[in-house]
Amino acid sequence: MEAASIAAAGGPRPNLTRGRTPRSVGENIIKALLFLAALISIATTIGIVVSLLAETVEFFSQVGIFEYLLGTKWSPLAGGDQKSFGVLPLISGTLYLTALGLVVAVPLGLGSAIYLAEYASPRARRIIKPVLELLAGIPTIVLGYFALTFITPVLLQGIFGIEVKIFNALSAGLALGVLILPVVATLADDSLRAVPSSLREGAFGLGASKPQVVLRVVFPAALSGIVAGLVLAASRAIGETVVVLVAGGANANLGIDPRESFQNMAAFIAQTARGDIAAQSVEFLTIFAVGTTLFVMTLILNAISIRFVRRFQQVYE
Amino acid sequence: MRQVTERPESSSEPRAAESAAGAQKPPAAEPADGRVMGPGTAPAVEGVKAPAAAPDSKPVFAVERLTVSYAGRPAVREVSFGIEERRITALIGASGCGKSTFIRTLNRMNDLIPSASVEGSVRYHGQDLYAPDVDPVQVRKRIGMVFQKPNPFPKSIYDNVAFGPRVLGMKGEMDEMVERALRRGALWDEVKDRLKQNAFGMSGGQQQRLCIARALATDPDVILMDEPASALDPISTGRIEDLMFELKDRVSIVIVTHNMQQAARVSDMTAFFTVVVDDTGHRHGEVVEYDETEKVFTNPADERTEAYVTGRVG
Repeated sequence: MEAASIAAAGGPRPNLTRGRTPRSVGENIIKALLFLAALISIATTIGIVVSLLAETVEFFSQVGIFEYLLGTKWSPLAGGDQKSFGVLPLISGTLYLTALGLVVAVPLGLGSAIYLAEYASPRARRIIKPVLELLAGIPTIVLGYFALTFITPVLLQGIFGIEVKIFNALSAGLALGVLILPVVATLADDSLRAVPSSLREGAFGLGASKPQVVLRVVFPAALSGIVAGLVLAASRAIGETVVVLVAGGANANLGIDPRESFQNMAAFIAQTARGDIAAQSVEFLTIFAVGTTLFVMTLILNAISIRFVRRFQQVYE
Repeated sequence: MRQVTERPESSSEPRAAESAAGAQKPPAAEPADGRVMGPGTAPAVEGVKAPAAAPDSKPVFAVERLTVSYAGRPAVREVSFGIEERRITALIGASGCGKSTFIRTLNRMNDLIPSASVEGSVRYHGQDLYAPDVDPVQVRKRIGMVFQKPNPFPKSIYDNVAFGPRVLGMKGEMDEMVERALRRGALWDEVKDRLKQNAFGMSGGQQQRLCIARALATDPDVILMDEPASALDPISTGRIEDLMFELKDRVSIVIVTHNMQQAARVSDMTAFFTVVVDDTGHRHGEVVEYDETEKVFTNPADERTEAYVTGRVG
């Protein structure tokens, strides 16, 4: 009390200057470490892009870009006259397998999200949500062999009696659907739950029934988040390697018969990279060209999704 | 939104549309199934000093010994009074006294809270709102609600107003219904040229009037307002109060407000709620006094009411 009154009366001035204390040194070290962490991830990204592009440029010095982009036959590993570098079958196979996966995952994922967010009791939610997240934790190789040893022989050939090849798009597509289902469901669930309850109350207050509230107010209000989730799921399916490699086969197929064997870009890369090819040969360089194509496709998809989300995003206070 | 572009001619005759609206009969006061109760269902006065209703007005709600609990703990207890038709009834009292809880029982909004339970009875034109065969969706079609914070849907202005008629499957020209509701909500002149724009682009006061217009679009018999102006500036508040006066010849209005002047200005009847602490230390709300607004504010029967309305407490 006495000291305070002395200070107020103009006694010894409190020291407020900045000094080198152990605390300030520690803060600087932490700051430097955090900056280094950010720097390393940026450098890695740049490194990947540069190495990818360098080899891709080398590839296009040997193969014409239009022959690559517009050709309809993909057989870079074949010998002599059979060699062909038309990437369309790989692109179409990738999109086709992704579409099959989405056909499975979108209705199931949105259905379970709407159930979880709007209808499930807290108890049901406590059980279902972790199980759904567990599904996301299954290694893709397990899912691939599940497709090859269960979906194809037991489900498709046995129960449904469909005459599919051992490696086929249908089986791989179903497995891809299971793979991306948790992504669709959890992200849609999060977006639905982020819709403020005042909107639900407003709709109920106007005499809307529960399904009307959910489908006409809550779902549209959550649409931007749901679409972002779908795009993320699609990117996941486009880039998926192991499931397609194990269950889809190795046939760069431009057709649409789901009973046939299909290959996507990532599976081609994996298959070729472990094969017996000489470094810097044109076969080797195809890996990088396909990798760049995959990279660009995913990039475009993400850009579209960001635009879509911005356009439809509603900001709630 | 779509309808506007398809039938532009309907908006070129706004006057005709309005006079047609004016000629329409106000919404039926009786429940559709004709289960009208006799005068025996007049508001009960048990336990609370509720006066007999004015002789020229009929009760739209008769609340009897109503207790609402959340997870078994009462939030508001033993409320009994009648709410009169075509009048503005204000519910006042300090925070936590159960006004909002009470108003939400009048259109079964509390059903949305799983832990809420209701004892006693709420009769709407004589019909028990909590009878087992009553569908809350049907109740809310007749008894609209406006909330504390404006909550327009993230849709166009037009689609916001058209939402109610659409979900209820109302017959008739949608453009006309939207225009009529916006006119009754005193918003038409401000928004008639931008019906297709997102409602989120409006000011807070406009959004709240849109929410009122949206509630009016379904031709409700009662509108419940839970602190409709608490987030608005004085000018927007004044517009909403003017609007309430215009609406009251056709709808009954119940309003929760923390603003004493507002309650005194707009309401015909006032119910004063207060917080009571019971023997176990649990707090719940009760109705202390219910009377004509003028009497509540100038000559209250209970000293707690007097302390509150004169600003000595709360």
